[in-house]
Amino acid sequence: MIIAVDLSGRIGSEFMLDVAFEVPASGVTALLGPSGSGKTSLLRSLAGLDRIPGTIRIGADIWQDGAIFVPAHRRRVGYVFQGAGLLPHLSVRRNLEYAVRRAPEGQFQIEDVVARTGISALMDRMPAKLSGGEAQRASIARALLTQPRLMLMDEPLSALDGEARSRLLDALEEVLARIPIPVFYVTHDEAEAARLSTRSIRLKDGKIEKVLG
Amino acid sequence: MLTTVELAVVTTILLLLFATPLAWWLARSNRWWKEIVGAVAALPLVLPPTVIGFYVLIALGPQSPLMALLHPFGVRTLAFTFEGLVIGSLFYSLPFAVQPLRTAFEGIGDRPLEIAATMGAGPLDRFATVAIPLARRGFLSGAILVFSHTIGEFGVVLMIGGSIPGKTEVLSTRIYQLVESLQFEEAHRVAGGLVIFSFLALLALLLVDRRIGNIKP
Repeated sequence: MIIAVDLSGRIGSEFMLDVAFEVPASGVTALLGPSGSGKTSLLRSLAGLDRIPGTIRIGADIWQDGAIFVPAHRRRVGYVFQGAGLLPHLSVRRNLEYAVRRAPEGQFQIEDVVARTGISALMDRMPAKLSGGEAQRASIARALLTQPRLMLMDEPLSALDGEARSRLLDALEEVLARIPIPVFYVTHDEAEAARLSTRSIRLKDGKIEKVLG
Repeated sequence: MLTTVELAVVTTILLLLFATPLAWWLARSNRWWKEIVGAVAALPLVLPPTVIGFYVLIALGPQSPLMALLHPFGVRTLAFTFEGLVIGSLFYSLPFAVQPLRTAFEGIGDRPLEIAATMGAGPLDRFATVAIPLARRGFLSGAILVFSHTIGEFGVVLMIGGSIPGKTEVLSTRIYQLVESLQFEEAHRVAGGLVIFSFLALLALLLVDRRIGNIKP
């Protein structure tokens, strides 16, 4: 199975994304590059949240090609947003249930995901009452419970520092090593990418500068 | 009294139904001409109520092409009827429903809707399970504002309804009739009652706003 992406077009009036690559549909692909290089735009295009002209194929399925555009809610991606990534009016438990109710039966079970992301004590809290690290763990759990075909993570550690950051990094390493679905992981931190990813794509000014691994 | 409350309740319910899709579109659309629609929807804020009343009266009169459509059903005119009052009130109070709803919808931002989309929620699902609950403050303010504003309308109901006792007479036009016939004591009672009601409505609005205001999108 291969993920094939070929996108070229403008976002807004200034920014131009122009990328083409193929990666195996397994393991963690880090998307590296300075801010403004197009990492998040690429991730949002993969999710179907933005539409840049071109093609996106995942295995035999076409997500985007010419007039074909599968909307975000039919792609089954697990998206971990930078910053707030939970529905603010629902408790952590109801956020997870929101995902479960709309997902097909799959490999991720709620009890197991809750245990692995270490959020069992947070289930009845509202998102506004969570720390940055706690909210990010809950977001990761919510993303996994969509039974995604593709995990997309946008700098999940960026809002954290110190101990919270290193603890979540440990947890992520363990989770990512064990899930059998492809992951795209946006970061600008080389060390983080080296630790978590199997390969990397480096972007600059909306273009691919280098592919490693 | 009964006519007044009935009019306000019917107007509030209908208007929230009509204004919700309009406010959602105004909040989310990128079309350049959306502000033209927005301005038309806000027009009743600045027009004299008699102007609204005048046009609605013409539109509901027996000569109007709109009413011609209803002639086969035995309806010749809706002027000076309760139904006519409801139609006039809908126009008159439209901005009081659209504005708070639009502001509330705009305040949600893209993020919660995108989160829901990546969890497999389609557009209608997102609207019902994310947009509406997050905009509940707008719905409550809109409902209270429309209800109170409809209770307080005068020009429109006088033009369209003619203040027929038991049929199209509401409290505001009743006060006018009472003063005209020099029944000041009765006028005091009705006017004082409306002052107290309006105060309570605004107080409720502020309290509700504070209570549910602390959950931010």
